[in-house]
Amino acid sequence: MFTFIVRRVVAAFGTLLLSSVMVFLAVQALPGDVATQVLGKDATPDAVAALRKQMGLDQPAWERYFDWIKGALHGDFGTSLVTTKPVGSEVAQYLGNSAMIAVVTVLFAVTGSLVLGILAGLYRDRWPDHVISTVSLVGMSIPEFVVATLLVLAFSVTVPVLPAVVLYGPGAGFGQLLPAVWLPAASLAIVMAAYIVRMARTSVIDVMASEYVTTARLKGLSTWRVVTRHALPGALLPTLHVIALNVAWLIGGVAVVENVFNYPGIGKLLLTSVQNRDLPVIQAIALISAVVYVICNLAADLGSMALNPKLRTRGGRTR
Amino acid sequence: MSALKTPAPAPVPAPSARSGASGSAAARAWRTVRSSRPAAIGLAIVAVHLVIALLAPLLTPYHPTVGDASHALLGPGADHWAGTDQYGRDVLTRVVYGGRYALGVSVTATLITIALGTVLGCAAALRGGWLDDVLMRILDAVLSIPAILVLLVIVTALGTGSGVIVLAIGVICVPQVVRVVRGAALAVVPQDYVTAARARGESTWAILRREVLPNIIDVVCVEFAMRASWVVLLISSLSFLGFGADPPTPDWGLMVSENRTAITVVPMASLAPIIALATLVVGLNLAADGLSKAWGVDRIREGS
Repeated sequence: MFTFIVRRVVAAFGTLLLSSVMVFLAVQALPGDVATQVLGKDATPDAVAALRKQMGLDQPAWERYFDWIKGALHGDFGTSLVTTKPVGSEVAQYLGNSAMIAVVTVLFAVTGSLVLGILAGLYRDRWPDHVISTVSLVGMSIPEFVVATLLVLAFSVTVPVLPAVVLYGPGAGFGQLLPAVWLPAASLAIVMAAYIVRMARTSVIDVMASEYVTTARLKGLSTWRVVTRHALPGALLPTLHVIALNVAWLIGGVAVVENVFNYPGIGKLLLTSVQNRDLPVIQAIALISAVVYVICNLAADLGSMALNPKLRTRGGRTR
Repeated sequence: MSALKTPAPAPVPAPSARSGASGSAAARAWRTVRSSRPAAIGLAIVAVHLVIALLAPLLTPYHPTVGDASHALLGPGADHWAGTDQYGRDVLTRVVYGGRYALGVSVTATLITIALGTVLGCAAALRGGWLDDVLMRILDAVLSIPAILVLLVIVTALGTGSGVIVLAIGVICVPQVVRVVRGAALAVVPQDYVTAARARGESTWAILRREVLPNIIDVVCVEFAMRASWVVLLISSLSFLGFGADPPTPDWGLMVSENRTAITVVPMASLAPIIALATLVVGLNLAADGLSKAWGVDRIREGS
């Protein structure tokens, strides 16, 4: 079991290292000289050369990569080309705002979809299942920006209870942003839940057909007890992976939804940085999202190990 | 699908519902469609979208990008069934033409993804060893970066032409397809007929095409429908963010972002593209669901 954990952690680090190289290469491959872009087209060649030297662009790529990674490990991601502020603190501020959305989204999506998925699985092929399955199919068929637009139509235009657009900057306080969190989170939660519901339904159906559930039933346990004590842990296991996989999607979804609501989060920052070609910021965001993704997957793997005694002894990959 | 020329060694325990040897592929597909209502409905919806997109110029008297400013922001009426947008362009016409862009770009992108993913997935399963390890590590790393971020960077670097978008999406979606196809191929590789083909000294490519592919073709088909729905959503999101189709191209995502601000005045201008987008993706998802159920492809287990 110990070797298994070690192997998973090492693999996770390997993945991270590889994605950091890819992020660096991809962003460096963006055409156009950064120094020329910062100074404008009329800059003298001397000025451009000086800036290139100052930014370290005259060094070979691998040296710049190691400098970047070394800095990143200490939380130093360089300075933004646009605001000239340190990228690390800037990204952290936006990231904090996005975390509010992410936490609310995951809470709502996971609890809601587990309840619905288990209901659908228990009432397989009866009307609750049909309703839930149809709704989740539609839910996964419409993009986040559509859900967001429809929610704005419902809760900001028709019944104006929640703000359609955030008017605060990244430095806004918790209280100022709190009312603005609900609609973006709801948009993401609806789409995310649609996937998890389907997964949870299938695993509940599998588990309910298993022998240990039959045994539990034959022992005369109530349906509630069978579901909570026997079916739920078993159904949770495969669902955990879907949730972890959805985290990467969530970061992308946040980019879209935050732009609908003008919410000052990481997605908004990403889009403005791409528009401004603010390379250090793009690199930082890409690296951070890779870290988040890898950690979530690692957590899902280790979590499923905790939930499933079989995996602890076998020590193989969970897939 | 080429008929299995190589006589499969007699007692092959054909993986149930996976043997594609009997009957032509078309006949089998037709049987499936008739037996599975979700698949039939889904494919019908997609077919209707295809026909509408192909016949677009015949279906509407208006031009998709040229509007009549004196008829801007009209509600639904006899002349304009879904009203007009702020430039006086007929909304329904733009929705109808929008299907051309959505289907054209996403079908090509999906084809590239599936082709690349199938070859890589099969190769990883067949060769195994270091190739498999290296490939899966690289794909894990690609998966860890959100698709929309990669897309944004590629589009900024190379421009927003539809060629660039097709290629970018083709590359981004490959890892998931490889995972699924590799999983399916791993079940076929230990079979005796693959061992026999290897013993005959056939090349990896020949084994892949003649032995492995026919047996996983159903997984690939389901993956196609499923991936296509994903790609349609991704492309529309990209357009919505302003990095996809350039105005005034009639594109559904772009239309929603253009008309969103006027949603209280002309709700149909936003709702019509939304409905078109949603029905297309629902159709693709239904087809994927129905086919996977009818063919016994366990989509969720395959790791999608």
